Amino acid sequence: MRPQIHPIPSGTRDVLPDEMRELRDITEAVRGIFEHDGYGEVWTPALEYENVLARGGGAPPAYRVMDDHGEVLALRTDMTVPIARLVATRFAAAEPPLRLCYFGHAYRGVRPHRGQMREFLQAGIELVGAPGPEGTAEALTVLHHALDAVGLRGFRIGLGDASLYPMLLRSHGVGSDDVGLLMDTLVNRDFVALEAAIGRLGLDDDDAELLLRVPQIRGGPDVLADAGGPLADAVGGLARLYELLAPEVAARVIFDLGLVRKMGYYTGAVFDVYDPALGAPLGGGGRYDDLLGRFGRPLPAVGFALTIDRLHIALTGEEKVVQP
Amino acid sequence: MIPPATPDLVIAVPRGALMRESLDRLDAIGIDTSEVRSNHRKLLFADIGIVTMRPSDVPTYVEAGAADVGITGKDVITEQPDRDVYELMDLGYGACTMVLATVDGPDPSVEALRRLGVMRVATKYYKTAAAYFEATGRQAEIVEVKGSVELAPLTGLVEAIVDLTATGTTLRENNLVIREEIFVSTARLIANPVSHKLKAAAIDTMLEKLRAD
Repeated sequence: MRPQIHPIPSGTRDVLPDEMRELRDITEAVRGIFEHDGYGEVWTPALEYENVLARGGGAPPAYRVMDDHGEVLALRTDMTVPIARLVATRFAAAEPPLRLCYFGHAYRGVRPHRGQMREFLQAGIELVGAPGPEGTAEALTVLHHALDAVGLRGFRIGLGDASLYPMLLRSHGVGSDDVGLLMDTLVNRDFVALEAAIGRLGLDDDDAELLLRVPQIRGGPDVLADAGGPLADAVGGLARLYELLAPEVAARVIFDLGLVRKMGYYTGAVFDVYDPALGAPLGGGGRYDDLLGRFGRPLPAVGFALTIDRLHIALTGEEKVVQP
Repeated sequence: MIPPATPDLVIAVPRGALMRESLDRLDAIGIDTSEVRSNHRKLLFADIGIVTMRPSDVPTYVEAGAADVGITGKDVITEQPDRDVYELMDLGYGACTMVLATVDGPDPSVEALRRLGVMRVATKYYKTAAAYFEATGRQAEIVEVKGSVELAPLTGLVEAIVDLTATGTTLRENNLVIREEIFVSTARLIANPVSHKLKAAAIDTMLEKLRAD
């Protein structure tokens, strides 16, 4: 008999029991940490009104449907925007800070490959109403606990500041159109285009050299100590944050002055999680102090999301490496 | 010199037109590539951290982290815009031009656009061509071919081609003329986004040596 083919959409996949057990081990370990650290789990609908998601300014939705009233619904592209909506509506009068966590699928129109499907499971927290640097330090601490509990050994946390480079550009008299252009080259990870764009600004050689060098600075705390002159102010926030971290968290940090994230809502400290066993970040997050205001409850906030599939791939990858 | 047992970086080196100059540059920064030059069938040289492959595969290996850094042409990077890799340096060599070319004489693509509304264009660079015609406001039917692109306009399959040319010799020999230059492509150094952070010192050292060379 000819086998029947019943396809599933590109970028989605089935999970069978052997894999599911391993994924559950990961999510349960993470859930235990989130609960222990005081973060209450929430669910929000996978489908939201498109205009509500657009207000948040996250990644553009890849999947839209129309409901029976002709309203356009979209599958969420992350959990941060839905939780900002939830906080503004369901916790409109609650005393901050609010500590929430989630385990949920998000959907993006990416080119599917291992570790990046169009439907992917994220685990994360949102700490709302706790300004930086203390709030950011708490989020990084929970992040460290979670990665440790999962059993990852080699992970590192790249730490930067979304406002650092735009501020440095403006302090050199770069206009907002050019700031946008230069930030686009950074988001595209294209230092060749960045160098060409800086060259067109007509700055003197020292300034041009500084603007090209700064986003390529990454390393231990000594990179902050070495930052003098106009850069000293810009890295001050990161230095204050670093002082608040416990030694075991601080030991995992790599400063990255060129770190930018693709989501438009980040305002301050941003971070990415790396593991030598995987060629792509395991997750990331940062401060989004303006996002809640867009939904009518202006509160500073910070959060992170981990992609469960990537934690799983990194874990299996670490098993293959002989530990010293 | 005895090569180190575990090289700091795995480098993806393109076979083909960019290979010789790529190996010259690596020699100049202290990586002994004589084994790669003398062995044309072997692909992986673990003790010096070099893997060789066709240029269009370099972004694939680097994005996945199978290689930390790689050398490939800007034409390849432009054709694979959604690869998540760092573009670190313009290495300057291997200069070629991406061009729009047609047969000599009156431009048949202009007439096709004017009378039929759409020009047909053969290319190996589908995304590059599609983005170019979108950016210049022309409707084009892109015909993807794998072999000699020059044949397509000579047989009436298309009115124009988008292709990479170094000297223009092949175009001239086939009675084709360059109508528009789209961009100049040179060899680029690219890096995996995680290696760029976790192996920052090794990558920056390599960049410094390449810039000083």
